[in-house]
Amino acid sequence: MPLVAAFKRWLFRLYGPEPSPIVLTQRRIYVLPTRPGLAYAAALGLMLVGAINYNLGLGYALIFLLAGLGLVTLLHTFRNLVRIEISPGRVEPVFAGDVVQFGLQLHNRRGPGRFAIRLKLADGEAVTIDLAPEASTAIYLPLPSRKRGWLRPGRVTLETRYPLCLIRAWSYVEPDMRCLVYPRPETSPPPLPLMAVGESGAARSGRGSDDFAGLRTHQPADSPRHVAWKAVAREQSLLTKQFSGAGTVQAWLDWDTLPQELGVETRLSRLTRWLLDAHAQGLAYGLRLPGREIPLGQGERQLQDCLEALAVHGE
Amino acid sequence: MANRNAHPGNGLSLARSQELWLLACAVLTLAPDGARAPGWLIAAVALALLWRTAIWWRRAALPPRWLLSLLVLAGSVGVYLTHRQFFGKDPGIALLILFLALKLLEMHRIRDGLAVVFLCYFLLFTHFLDEQGMDVAGITLIALVVITATLSNLAHAGRPLVDHLRLSALMIAQAIPFMLVLFLLFPRVQGPLWGMPTDAYSGMSGLSDSMTPGSISSLSLSGEIAFRARFEDEIPPKPQLYWRGPVLRLFDGRTWRIGTQQEKVSPGGTASGPAIRYTVTLEPHNKPWLFALEMPLAPPSGAFVSHELQVLSKTPVRSRLRYDMQSHIGFVPGVDEAEPVRHRHLDLPGNNPRTRALAEQWRREATQAEAIIQRMLGHFRTERFFYTLNPPLLGANGIDQFLFETRRGFCEHYASAFVFFMRAAGIPARVVTGYQGGERNPVDGYLIVRQSDAHAWAEVWLEGKGWTRVDPTAAVAPNRIEVGLASAVPAGEPLPFLVRADLTWLKQLRYRWDAITNTWNQWVLGYDPQRQRELLSRLGMPQPDWKAMTVVMAALCGLLLLGLTAWALHRRTRIDPVQRAWNRLSRRLARIGLARRAWEGPADYTRRVTQARPELSPAFAAIAGLYIDLRYGKLAGKEAQQKLSAMIADLDIPEWR
Repeated sequence: MPLVAAFKRWLFRLYGPEPSPIVLTQRRIYVLPTRPGLAYAAALGLMLVGAINYNLGLGYALIFLLAGLGLVTLLHTFRNLVRIEISPGRVEPVFAGDVVQFGLQLHNRRGPGRFAIRLKLADGEAVTIDLAPEASTAIYLPLPSRKRGWLRPGRVTLETRYPLCLIRAWSYVEPDMRCLVYPRPETSPPPLPLMAVGESGAARSGRGSDDFAGLRTHQPADSPRHVAWKAVAREQSLLTKQFSGAGTVQAWLDWDTLPQELGVETRLSRLTRWLLDAHAQGLAYGLRLPGREIPLGQGERQLQDCLEALAVHGE
Repeated sequence: MANRNAHPGNGLSLARSQELWLLACAVLTLAPDGARAPGWLIAAVALALLWRTAIWWRRAALPPRWLLSLLVLAGSVGVYLTHRQFFGKDPGIALLILFLALKLLEMHRIRDGLAVVFLCYFLLFTHFLDEQGMDVAGITLIALVVITATLSNLAHAGRPLVDHLRLSALMIAQAIPFMLVLFLLFPRVQGPLWGMPTDAYSGMSGLSDSMTPGSISSLSLSGEIAFRARFEDEIPPKPQLYWRGPVLRLFDGRTWRIGTQQEKVSPGGTASGPAIRYTVTLEPHNKPWLFALEMPLAPPSGAFVSHELQVLSKTPVRSRLRYDMQSHIGFVPGVDEAEPVRHRHLDLPGNNPRTRALAEQWRREATQAEAIIQRMLGHFRTERFFYTLNPPLLGANGIDQFLFETRRGFCEHYASAFVFFMRAAGIPARVVTGYQGGERNPVDGYLIVRQSDAHAWAEVWLEGKGWTRVDPTAAVAPNRIEVGLASAVPAGEPLPFLVRADLTWLKQLRYRWDAITNTWNQWVLGYDPQRQRELLSRLGMPQPDWKAMTVVMAALCGLLLLGLTAWALHRRTRIDPVQRAWNRLSRRLARIGLARRAWEGPADYTRRVTQARPELSPAFAAIAGLYIDLRYGKLAGKEAQQKLSAMIADLDIPEWR
């Protein structure tokens, strides 16, 4: 039903990512009674019948006061949401299948505090926060990633039922932000194709040739094969073995060396795993993809460049 | 979007603080019911509350569902056995109380908490079925603040108690203007909408349709207000204030009863003197008669004047009723009363031989009916008759005993004996009950008539005159008519506290209080369709029908909402004027595509602007310099701020190069 969709787009002002900061102006806040709110209204109707039937002057007064309270809470609920400013915050890249944490910066520029504001991405878990007066608050909205590439959070729903649960005020915002999702590393890949650059110039394979150089703290991307299990037993924290000999061992991770029948995603997965392994072992490595080559290099920057190339491959 | 209203928050578990609040709320709401609900229900509810509190205290599990279902069933059966029905006021309230108590035992999620709060609101409402005084209104308002705070606590458990109470009080204060508008303008409908359950009007007191020795004297012990009257002109003198109620014709030797037929035929007669106009506000007494000064002529709408000059409403008076009346004090009805009617007023049972014999004797000795009447009144006056609230009990020949032995009685004894004697002497006579007198409240000018003003007197039919009032009590105790009950009965008799003549300062206080209560009754409780129309046309609404009221009500509510919206959007905190000026500069430059970027400091911004538009350079640099000094340097003060504003306003920005 494209007409309904178009109407919704018009009504809720859904025009794609918006420049920041996004201010929740009064025109983009919607209010409707909640289910308890409807029950409250029904109870008032019932009381009104009773007041008419028994001629209860004070009963009328109570009903009208409660009806007034319903209207007042409408404004309070609205006020709890209006003029909040939202800007995109930090987003860390993740591997496909992991949960992205979209950081948002919420700014309350007004006197009263905001309470029980619930934020939610379409497919993510809701987060409920309070905003102190005149303060900024950083929150992270989780969203599970499914596939590699750029992931946009899409529409954020901000809603509140504070203070009386009778009215729901909500607004949609679409902050201009995205998260890079790397391909998921393959779980049991073939060993890393290594190439030793010695006097002979011949490539030799195997990991044993590297000299053990020390330990560093474990990072999620590190291969489990390099976890120093003995150290774990001793130190009670995960450590990763590091190997020297980077200068002598290179790894060229080449798309074309992988069998075609694996399919694009599996090939990218394997390359990702190898990249991580190579990085963990401190090797110099390069990446060859169709139409793109990242020369040999080392370090975090090299890892990120390579992962990004894999993530956006084919886009 | 599909399930928009089903907030997942409703399914969350209640926090412990929320549970405690809800319990307190329920106790506060149920407390007034303790005086009214049946005993077993009070005990059951108290047990349920204690049980729930124990569960809360020990963090124990809630009772299982089957047990709760069993309790609901048992409670409902109990309500049925107590009231023999489920519909109606009392069983309805009992069921609500029961549900609230059992909901507490089931309550563990936010959703349950919401149900408890709504039940509390509803129970507050039901308290008005029993009482609608100002004290009840005040208590209800306090309870309302607490219940609303509990509701707000359900939306956010983390805030301190005081915040919730403050917010709740604020919201209720903001709701009061809406209440006033709706109260005045919501088109009122005269209830009831359907036939009322039989139990609705138990416990109303007032004159009944019969009179036995002792029935009026026991009513006299009540200080309750029977009705209030407001006269257009002066209040007539006290001896003329005979408020006519049920006229009793049938006598069985002990009890006087009302005649069976109530004909609408006018008794005839001519009115003399000006009409007295007044408005009566009658307290509900669950009987059809209305009270009016003797003699009522024009009945109010919805009522008629019977042949015996009783004003009768078509339905029993079950809510406070206000009606306009007209009476002629000099009017004597029934000059042309037909023979069969007169004859009916001579019927007597066969007892009281001594009275009959005396009446027979006097009749032989007298030539005129008036002479017999005067002789009888003289007899009351000169013989040792006493006016007292505590007369001795009378036996089978009660009138004989009273006239010849005890000689102590209250107005019903005198009226009864007098009418009996007249009939025995061949004069048509009847007993009239009603109220005599009343006291004027000097604060608001209303005449207050209490149950203690209840009175009984006699009417005799005289040839050529018609039905003439004779008050034998006046012969025995003239003070009763001239001054009031308090001065007529011997000191030490148990009069209602509020009727006693001493304690003048208390009386003053009471007048003031009664005037306030009366205003409350007239304008809050008695604000009915008629009064609404009157008030609105007095306020200048040309045609106050329901359409006009709805339009005005909607418009006023809209205005109030608009005001509240302005309040909601109002910026509490003013931003710094320096920052405001700096923002204005950015807005001005936005027109030529040089808005300040969010991360840009003044120095970076100046660099970018002067690069893009060198002709702005000197003026802009000066502005930026002043801004930096004001913002980050030591420069401060109103003058510098104004200078900055002026410079920004004066900055000449050519549209395009």
